[in-house]
Amino acid sequence: MINDRYYKRRFVITAIAIAVVVVYIIRLFVLQVVDSSTIDKAESNAVVRQTVYPPRGLIYDRNGELLVFNQPIYDVTMIMREQSDGFDTLGFCQVMQLTEEQYKERVTEMRKTRGYSYYTPQVFLSQLRKEDIAVLQESLYRFPGIGIRKRTLRDYRYATAAQVLGSVGEVSQKDLDRDNYYAPGDYAGRDGIEKTYETVLRGEKGVTCLMRDAHGRIQGSYKDGELDRDAKAGEDLTLTLDIRLQLLAEELLQGKIGSAVAIEPETGEILALASNPTWNPSLLVGRQRSKNYQELAADPTRPLYNRATQAQYPPGSTFKTLQTLVCMQDGPLKSTTLYPCSGPGSTPIKCTHHHGSPVTLGGALEQSCNPYFWYAFRDFLEQDSHPYDNGNQNFRRRFEQWREDVMRFGIGQRFADSDLSEQSPGSIPSTKFYDRYYGKTGWKALTIRSLSIGQGEVLLTPLQLCNMAATIANNGWYITPHLNKTDSMLTHRHETGIDERYFHIVKDGMARVMTNGTGRWYALDSIASGGKTGTAQAGKGRKDHAIFIGIAPIDNPKIAVAVIVENAGFGATWAAPVASLMMEQYLTGGIRRKELKTHISSSVLNTDVKKR
Amino acid sequence: MSRNGNILRQIDWFTIVLWLMLALFGWMNIYGATYTYEQTTMFDFGNRAGKQFVWILTALVAGGIILLIDSRTYDILAYIIYAFWLLVLLVTPLVARDTKGSLSWINLGPVSLQPAEFAKCFTALALAKWMSRYEFKVRDLRDFIVPFLLMAVPMFIIMVLQKETGSALVFAAFLLMFYREGMTGYILLIGAAAVAFFILVIRLGVVPLPLGTGSWGIVVCMLIILIIEVFFLLFLFNDRSQGGPMIRWSALGIAATAVLTFGIALIVNIWIPVPFEWVTTSLVAASTIYLGFLALRWRHKEILFIMLFSLGSMAYCYSCDYAFEHILQDHQRSRIEVLLGLKDDPAGVGYNVNQSKIAIGSGRFLGKGFHQGTQTKLQFVPEQATDFIFCTVGEEWGFLGCSMVLITYLIFILRLIYLAERQRERFCRIYGYSVAAIFLLHLTINIGMVLGLLPVIGIPLPLFSYGGSQLWGFTILLFIFLKMDASRFNQSDNN
Repeated sequence: MINDRYYKRRFVITAIAIAVVVVYIIRLFVLQVVDSSTIDKAESNAVVRQTVYPPRGLIYDRNGELLVFNQPIYDVTMIMREQSDGFDTLGFCQVMQLTEEQYKERVTEMRKTRGYSYYTPQVFLSQLRKEDIAVLQESLYRFPGIGIRKRTLRDYRYATAAQVLGSVGEVSQKDLDRDNYYAPGDYAGRDGIEKTYETVLRGEKGVTCLMRDAHGRIQGSYKDGELDRDAKAGEDLTLTLDIRLQLLAEELLQGKIGSAVAIEPETGEILALASNPTWNPSLLVGRQRSKNYQELAADPTRPLYNRATQAQYPPGSTFKTLQTLVCMQDGPLKSTTLYPCSGPGSTPIKCTHHHGSPVTLGGALEQSCNPYFWYAFRDFLEQDSHPYDNGNQNFRRRFEQWREDVMRFGIGQRFADSDLSEQSPGSIPSTKFYDRYYGKTGWKALTIRSLSIGQGEVLLTPLQLCNMAATIANNGWYITPHLNKTDSMLTHRHETGIDERYFHIVKDGMARVMTNGTGRWYALDSIASGGKTGTAQAGKGRKDHAIFIGIAPIDNPKIAVAVIVENAGFGATWAAPVASLMMEQYLTGGIRRKELKTHISSSVLNTDVKKR
Repeated sequence: MSRNGNILRQIDWFTIVLWLMLALFGWMNIYGATYTYEQTTMFDFGNRAGKQFVWILTALVAGGIILLIDSRTYDILAYIIYAFWLLVLLVTPLVARDTKGSLSWINLGPVSLQPAEFAKCFTALALAKWMSRYEFKVRDLRDFIVPFLLMAVPMFIIMVLQKETGSALVFAAFLLMFYREGMTGYILLIGAAAVAFFILVIRLGVVPLPLGTGSWGIVVCMLIILIIEVFFLLFLFNDRSQGGPMIRWSALGIAATAVLTFGIALIVNIWIPVPFEWVTTSLVAASTIYLGFLALRWRHKEILFIMLFSLGSMAYCYSCDYAFEHILQDHQRSRIEVLLGLKDDPAGVGYNVNQSKIAIGSGRFLGKGFHQGTQTKLQFVPEQATDFIFCTVGEEWGFLGCSMVLITYLIFILRLIYLAERQRERFCRIYGYSVAAIFLLHLTINIGMVLGLLPVIGIPLPLFSYGGSQLWGFTILLFIFLKMDASRFNQSDNN
């Protein structure tokens, strides 16, 4: 060993070496132990999460008929970075049957879309049919960076029940904000059943974690698929609809504006919910959706509007059934009560029919006598002595009572516990409503006389009208009308609090309507039915709306129907046959009155309504 | 005294084991870094891991041959090899193919060689020969003119003609050896301070001061100057040097004044924002005047030096600040900012460092395990098998693996220093220190770059990175020294 005077400098050099390594180990400690932000960064570098879309649940009718199913569609995706050199643009255009201009235009469009990336697959063309991509599929190897992604779209077995089923469309910003299940570009039910049961039908998206290298190329599954999640298919749905009945209802309504609703009284299950004009549900699927939607939205007959649940009409004479029940339960009306009628000369309400006078309740129902129900309503409201003393105190109390009784039939408000996504509330005017117009003491029974015959301020949706019929059929209770057959609603039973006896009287009257009264031309052959016609004023200068409610068989009703045909005139002429044919179809499984069916379905009452 | 004996018994096996550990662990990580889903074997000679294995085996053979050659050969042939290799370096750019702007690679059939990697070894031999001459005496810096030229000529060729800044920079390692052989340490101190102050002033210049006003970078630099002054005065003068005790008391005086002033400034700062930049600068200025007085009083050249050093550093820090803000063009400024990690540049130089830090950081304490690293495997880190190989260690073996590798290198370098010191001939010691210094500088620059502490300078991690040239270069460099060490009992004592 040699010693020199700089011997000690070995320690300085040693110290430098140690210092460097110590500093680096501290730095490593900070990077690898203290700072944890790198974990996420590393993952976002290397892992691509690809969504696996589950098939949407299928929809069946009450008899197990498939109504809505899925069709596969294909998106063609493109990774731009692999396009740069040597990509056979001409060949690709040929395979896709595009011109080069279209290709260039589409690429420019893609570059402008939100979330565009040079490295990841971008949708080049979306929602192509199998036929459109067949050629591409075979020659895919020729086009690096081109991929085919499978998704599903709705397909329909029958061109029917468009408003009930609703449609599926791309999620809106609101959906994205509300539910973090969705990602931009996802599909969700926009209306109808598809919307109500979105969470059931949509299933659960799965995810495949793939590794991608620095150039964006997929390098296989991440952690051997440990983090992958299979997509869970949506649950199937069985509806309460009877597709035969639905098809018939829509057929009968052709050429008319109107709606028809049928309910099974015992269960509250909606058997048919037709609204015309309507459309073929396949129109709102796939690439044509937005174009067709705009066309439907621009149609002056408003097909997108579900008249069966959203349109509100005065119930007209059909309301007399309800009036009878309320006035008997909480008022002085008896089945033997007699009131005079002077026919069209009666005041303050004239009668539209010619019949003997005075009439009993049964006769009044059968003949739909307006004066009779005006007297009954007046005597109900003014049944206490001095009804108009103390600021109309007693009158107002009776009116409130009437309103409550009436509303217990499920009218004047939405069915809050129903699965119908689009509903209007209808309207039963309140004391507040009249006070605003007339002042607290400015109105009397006479002021609101038109309520007695279902005109004026009282408004019902066809669904509520049908529910009213079902309640009568049940002798005083109803189950919330609904569309999902699987989900029994029997606990959603609503009582009207009206004595069963009175229902027999009303049903009796309804049966007489069908045998001797305004509905007699459309009675069923072998089954005793009950019905009530109505004519609702449609406003000045316009033809009245034809209304009919019916139940059958009268002794043990299996079906309640309500039909409204707008601007069709007298209820018995257009609404009653539709309801009658529907009851026949449902109860007997077919139609024997073929000529009647052809006559009704081929009659065009409104030339604006597009034939489907 | 002759203990010729069996060469196998004289060899320092400890160093060879460390050499093998580093080369083999490096090879494993090259396999990890280049492993893709198509490639599965470590021994496929078409891929990098397979090739590296061949390089390791051949390097081992080369090392064995070197051990069999008489160690005197190097002494005798030192100048000839050096001159010959300068020629090779000069010719290289003419026949090289352009590799990312560098003209340092020669194509030899199936393999490419980088002569610059071998130049270090031959320069070390030439330096050792020159500096071990009997006539070589260290009196002042002038004695280092020739060694400096021996070092600078290959450096110049590599940097300017071959455009390989990184490989050229490594020749600065010889300065550490010069220091050991008697060159004044001030050169090292000034060099290190210049680099450190520049980085600190620029890098901390953008960091807002936690309290008071002024530039954070200047404040830190001034404090460092004060600390250097105090340590210098405390440790360079012992009780026997002229005025020793007095000077050491002065050092404590400077320290106490600085601490007191700083304390008062901190308290005042509660009410009024104190310009700390000016407070610290004033402290340095005051201490400089005081040092000047001490230098005159005791007539110590060293004190004069430290005074001039303080003055110079102060001026240097302010001019760095000024130059950076006012003289440099925008693009020059942004290049420096990217190099220092002040600016994100995900597409350029910053991308490498950023991805490198992500890869290392995501390894956490224990690492993701062999072949489990996603970042290296999916090629997010450029140059991951060569210059950025340490990323793979970081990602797959974690903090534990990284620390083990660094500690292995440290032991390796300390062992080399120990071996160098036990040589009996200056020739061998100088050569040994050259070897240790080259390893140390490579390690410092490479790991510093990978960890984002130093600018991106592309040089390999010795023995570890993929590449035959570097492995061969370092193996020859090392084994020549091991041969010298094994024959040390045949050496004649001199110093």
